[in-house]
Amino acid sequence: MKEFSILIGGKAGDGVRRAGNLIGRIFNRAGVYVFVHDDYPSLIRGGHNFSVIRVSEKRVYSYHNELDVIIALDSETVKKHQNKLKPKGKLIYDEKLGEKVKNGLAVPLSSMVEEIKGIPIMRNTVALGVLCHLFKIPIELVGHVMNEVYGEKAEPNIKLLRMGHEYAEKNFDRIKEIEVKKGDKCLITGNETIALGAVKAGLKLYIAYPMTPATSILHFLTNHRNDLDLRVVQPENEISVIIMALGAAYAGTRTMIASSGGGFALMQEGVSLSGMSETPLVVVESQRAGPSSGVPTYTAQADLRFVLHSGHGDFPRIVLAPSDIEEAYYKAGEALNLAWKFQVPVLILADKTLSESAMNVKLNENEVKYEKEKIAVPSKDYKRYKFTNDGISPLSFPGDKSIVKVTSYEHDEFGITTEEPEQIKKMQEKRFMKIKAMIDDLKKRKTVDVYGKGKNLVITWGSSKGAVIDAVNMLDKDVKVLSIIYLEPFPTWEVLPLIREARKVVCVEGNITGQLAGLVREKTGFEIKDKILRYDSRPFDPVELANDLKKVFK
Amino acid sequence: MSDIDLNTYAQFTWCPGCGNFGILSAFKSALKELVSSDKIKLENVVVAAGIGCHAKIMDYVKLNNFYSLHGRVPPPLTGIKLSNPSLIPIGFAGDGDAYAEGINHLIHAARRNSDIKMVIHNNQVFALTTGQFTPTSPEGLKTKTSPEGCIERPINPLALMLVSGATFVARGFSGNVEHLKNLMKEAIRHKGFAIIDVLMPCIVFNKVFQFYKERVYDLNESGHDVKDFNSALAKTYEWRDKIPIGIFYKTERKTFEEQILKGKVLVEDKKIASIAHIINKR
Repeated sequence: MKEFSILIGGKAGDGVRRAGNLIGRIFNRAGVYVFVHDDYPSLIRGGHNFSVIRVSEKRVYSYHNELDVIIALDSETVKKHQNKLKPKGKLIYDEKLGEKVKNGLAVPLSSMVEEIKGIPIMRNTVALGVLCHLFKIPIELVGHVMNEVYGEKAEPNIKLLRMGHEYAEKNFDRIKEIEVKKGDKCLITGNETIALGAVKAGLKLYIAYPMTPATSILHFLTNHRNDLDLRVVQPENEISVIIMALGAAYAGTRTMIASSGGGFALMQEGVSLSGMSETPLVVVESQRAGPSSGVPTYTAQADLRFVLHSGHGDFPRIVLAPSDIEEAYYKAGEALNLAWKFQVPVLILADKTLSESAMNVKLNENEVKYEKEKIAVPSKDYKRYKFTNDGISPLSFPGDKSIVKVTSYEHDEFGITTEEPEQIKKMQEKRFMKIKAMIDDLKKRKTVDVYGKGKNLVITWGSSKGAVIDAVNMLDKDVKVLSIIYLEPFPTWEVLPLIREARKVVCVEGNITGQLAGLVREKTGFEIKDKILRYDSRPFDPVELANDLKKVFK
Repeated sequence: MSDIDLNTYAQFTWCPGCGNFGILSAFKSALKELVSSDKIKLENVVVAAGIGCHAKIMDYVKLNNFYSLHGRVPPPLTGIKLSNPSLIPIGFAGDGDAYAEGINHLIHAARRNSDIKMVIHNNQVFALTTGQFTPTSPEGLKTKTSPEGCIERPINPLALMLVSGATFVARGFSGNVEHLKNLMKEAIRHKGFAIIDVLMPCIVFNKVFQFYKERVYDLNESGHDVKDFNSALAKTYEWRDKIPIGIFYKTERKTFEEQILKGKVLVEDKKIASIAHIINKR
């Protein structure tokens, strides 16, 4: 089998994303690797949506444009994507569209739906039936997934599934037979794994204002607030989000917030307040294409410098960018633990591609654990900002005999405002002492991902890692991939030796200025001359990227 | 009562004679009385403030505090209440703080009936930034940034709070400490969003002590029905020869926090949820 790709396209409202997810789940159940990418414009009805489902024997982290099957729910899909179909590929379309299509498999999608008095959105179920035939997927397996997804509404859909399947059996040849095994993974998005990782590290309160592509964390945690045992609040704006979260954390609750660049821009004073007041906080910044409103439903990696320097004044922080959906689970849990361990703002950089794409992964529930924070013994003499050897003052929360004073002003150990230069200097140094403790801690954790071997080195970060790995696997050359997870504190101890070993280094990232390349130079002194940058708001295509890498490593 | 010590070692930096002293004194007395009559526990009190002269009150009280940012007093109070519903979050804010920079938070906290208390030090000017007009400056007030007199119509904060859904709306006067203390006690014991707009002079930039002293009268001693919304609203527009102080409106409604939390106490909940039903299902 090796691999194949399926695209389903239609208008917003045709149920394209849901069908794309369903196809992903079906192949997940069939025991193969799946990557699902959703492409949709910023509108509610109409327009053009599509999902690409890449299926493979081996783990894949991205999607590309060489398609084996297209499911076209409208003629726009035919027009837009026909040229991406491989010579032997097939295009499933609604007979009702009329026109003859090259490599087309005309299916009476609409008529069958009308026959059972269904609604137009069910056309994609008929197409699924056809798909089952083309890849010899047992219809029972699909029916099972539909029962899970649709619940009581599954019955008419299963009927349509069978009708589509029967029609295909009679009229079309099979494309490929996949060997069905029992899948043991779950198809899940990056936003969902971020949420779950945080839950396993003790998340009890999630606060957010809607903004794409972070919104699906808000939806997911709202839907699961009872079974995941937490509470969700949607305040009036992002400023309120971050300050409310700091209030909750001050009172002892592990809290997380999220937004995209624009919303995070509004939160700046709160990031700084977290730094000054040493109140633990996790912020997820899921990047989309900017500047300003930019391209809301598309991807970018252009907020690295913004997040690294967010908030006014100097204060220690942790910035990390999980680079795939599975890693996002472990790293989100780690982020929440680190925020409470070091009492600093921890900023998780995600992006549309990581947040909203889905992959089937096996998550280890017990590998993310609640790591206990340093807690003070309740006492009348409690000092919230007590000087210690590592700069970390034990926490206490209001409600017992300790008086807990936190503040946005420079302060003494008790939390009373100060303007005395000696005290100011001492308190600044106390906060920055934590950097050493943070680095000691991070040295015991995974701060970078390294794949492959050889003297050719690709440096990348965040979701771009996926396309880089897939591209490198297409090359007949040894290439090592270094994906940097922790951007602050920067893991020089990992990065520098790899750069020294390399013959040639290239940086791959999703912005126009080479923000990571600049950071690498700042932290290691090494200037990366070769950069492959993408800034058209679309993720890297591994096939195109492989060609670009070939040129660099010739 | 005498053994409750609310003082800190911080030096007062308010101007001598500042209206803030009246507010501080009323607040301390209110707390002492509530604590000694076992109505509240002192360790459950959490105070927050914005930025401005008013906010220095944080340093002057030996209480849990969240010394917040300009305009951002309601959000941390709501966060604190969500985290631990036994806490009693009380916010102090200036008129610039509450009615300019952070007016949106105030409206939404009132609308939600977040179980927090707000005390507004309303001196009609930005004082700590050395005298500029604010949303409550009367038309014609000359300040550094309104040299020909303020051209903007002042806001009516109590009317705004009433129409926003506040469940306890009151006005005090820093020159009547005993009255203000009683208002604070009522507000603290109110379940839901409570606001007290406190009229006070700024002895440097807005010398209105005499103006208020001659005009204020106790609304609650003149037959006002605190349950009557329309009459409360009408009373907020009374601002000429006589200025009413006291409780304008008081009602009961479910609080935001009790509806969100449904009995859960987040800060005590150490249980880690299982995610098996999600990761094993799809």
